[in-house]
Amino acid sequence: MKKLIKILQGRIIDPSRGLDQIGDLYILEDRIIDPNTLDAAERYEIEEIPAGGKIVAPGLIDIHVHLREPGQTAKETIATGALAAAVGGYTTIVAMPNTQPVVDHPSVVSWVRQRAAETACVNVLPSACLSQGAEGERLAPMASLKAAGVVAFTDDGRCIQNNELMRRAMEYAAMLGVPVMDHCQDYSLTQGAVMHEGEWSVRLGLRGWPSIAEEIIVARNILLCEMTGARVHCQHLSSAGSVRLIREARARGLPISAEVTPHHLSFTDAELRDYDTLYKVNPPLRTGEDRLALLEGVIDGTISILASDHAPHCGYEKEVEFDLAPFGMINLETQLAVYIQLFIESGRLSWLQLLDKLTTQPAALLGLKNKGTLADGADADVTIIDPHVDWEATDETFRSKSRNTPFLNRKFRGRAIRTIVAGKTVWDEGRG
Amino acid sequence: MNPWPHKDLVSIRQLTRDQFDYLLQTARSFKEILSRPIKKVPSLRGKTVVNLFVEPSTRTRLSFELAATRLSADVLNLDSDTSSFKKGESLLDTARNLQSMGADIIILRHNAAGSADFLARRLPAHIINAGDGAHEHPTQAILDVFTIRERLGSLENKRVLIVGDILHSRVARSNIYALKLYGADITLVGPPTLVPRVFESLGVRVAHELDAHLPTADVIYLLRIQHERQRATYFPGVNDYVYLYGLTPARLGLCKPTAIIMHPGPMNRGVEIHSDIADSPQSTILEQVNNGLAVRMAVLYALAAGTAQMAFPTA
Repeated sequence: MKKLIKILQGRIIDPSRGLDQIGDLYILEDRIIDPNTLDAAERYEIEEIPAGGKIVAPGLIDIHVHLREPGQTAKETIATGALAAAVGGYTTIVAMPNTQPVVDHPSVVSWVRQRAAETACVNVLPSACLSQGAEGERLAPMASLKAAGVVAFTDDGRCIQNNELMRRAMEYAAMLGVPVMDHCQDYSLTQGAVMHEGEWSVRLGLRGWPSIAEEIIVARNILLCEMTGARVHCQHLSSAGSVRLIREARARGLPISAEVTPHHLSFTDAELRDYDTLYKVNPPLRTGEDRLALLEGVIDGTISILASDHAPHCGYEKEVEFDLAPFGMINLETQLAVYIQLFIESGRLSWLQLLDKLTTQPAALLGLKNKGTLADGADADVTIIDPHVDWEATDETFRSKSRNTPFLNRKFRGRAIRTIVAGKTVWDEGRG
Repeated sequence: MNPWPHKDLVSIRQLTRDQFDYLLQTARSFKEILSRPIKKVPSLRGKTVVNLFVEPSTRTRLSFELAATRLSADVLNLDSDTSSFKKGESLLDTARNLQSMGADIIILRHNAAGSADFLARRLPAHIINAGDGAHEHPTQAILDVFTIRERLGSLENKRVLIVGDILHSRVARSNIYALKLYGADITLVGPPTLVPRVFESLGVRVAHELDAHLPTADVIYLLRIQHERQRATYFPGVNDYVYLYGLTPARLGLCKPTAIIMHPGPMNRGVEIHSDIADSPQSTILEQVNNGLAVRMAVLYALAAGTAQMAFPTA
């Protein structure tokens, strides 16, 4: 007997169709279905989910997640990262390739896909390196990697410094129709740097990392995007200058996009005043002006995608001198609540606009036809959000293996209460 | 009110003017004791002081070691060659081990900014910052203020030039905070690569040309050009630096005869300071070293002994 799920009287918000209305959503097996097409003669196993007062959205998509498997499973595994994603309301995540070994060979892609199929409760889409070993010297076998199933190319965390190589990588990516995602960092300007270069780096005596180290690479990527026609995506923007460059490039119609993280939208470099390594991230937290420019970039659509850069680390790794601590924080479980606070509660964005950046836009970048939408026939990936529930992010609420987040013990309003992947409930707040 | 309420000394910024005055006053008493035939007092008898020098520094370590010895403490020295670090043990684990062995005071020298603060927040032992990366070197600033006041009396509205590599200097940062506490007027001088404008956010002037500021200066504080901390991109070379910022006899001629010349050491003779000037009566370099001992005794005393629990040696 086929399974039919009826999500009843929710506020259905589907940015892919500009839809925001109260109604029922039907799921048959692993697909969203128009109830008018159901066979009246057939009997179904029916599950009804009352959703009055709740938001029914396409499953959220996070294009920038570090799962640490293979290689560093003490920090996270594909299984725990996927569960953390589900708790956060995400049904699809893109795994970054800077694992150990890095994903630069079809055999590693196959391993990741198989592991995800066996252990992950959400869709885990692998990305692969642009260069062999992510060393920025020779192209990775991009066609074979695409054939093995990757959805994007990136040397994430290891920005390619050689402009000629980046040009060729983009030419290849354009031919293959796969986006290039770039961590924008000019290493000659960031040697030994651990935080934003400015008043606080001077006060704290920490090596500064100037904004221009990012902006130079964003500008390069814009020029190469124009030259090659590749779909280029700049990861985790941190500076006002980067937002300005992307805004101008998009106004000229270039196929370039950008993302921003919850922490760059929430914090400034002043948070480092006590050398708290939880705030040590790459790129670094910048000034209040930068933060406001990033918020403005999201509001005016310059930054079209919100992403976590979920970067788990063991507690002991962060419990060291600031210079020695690894960069990064986890975000999967708290980011939706942060976005709600920043954009919905403040009235800066409508739900339709916010969910567009969490569903439609990332699906479009990755070329996912049946995700990021609630259209009939789409994959039955659905997130049900309670925008009014008050909750606290405590040690118990996390499913990630790591706790490196300053959002721990923060109080929030609004979260995903149920996450459905291919018609199966993978997270139900009521059932834990 | 307790004149010394702090568990640790990690930064000049944590001190009020009263607390700083208390340290200076205590240091004066110890300086007098150091002039006696028997220079040792029992203030820290039974206490264990550990010099944990992850970054090497001979003179600061010896100064702290002698200060602790003069106060009758038991002193242990660990440096970066110590096997625990070579075996990859973390700073926190090493310090916890020292704590378990009964260390009362840990004096930390480390090349990472914030490392003293890091330990102070995690260990019950008293932590003294003996220099953390480019962040702070509080005892150096205290001894510098002590020395200036001995020479010039008040610091109120005195014009102080700090010359050289401010960007990488913990001494400069601690001195800026300390000198401002006493009302000094501070100008930082050096090339924009080493003295960026953003330092103005600390309430000081930034200048890139030395000669114009020499005639009005009361204190000229020269910093060592730290070859080991810099990459070639910060300045074109030593000769170029000497041409722009080296304190030469010709430049000394521009200065007030009453101006004093300071340097935290070790100095590069012929680079930031001409050799003759280093040995001149205007130079305070050896006085700074001497005062450093008394100041470090005062800091150890304040942290470990407090004020009420023990008899302070009368001067």
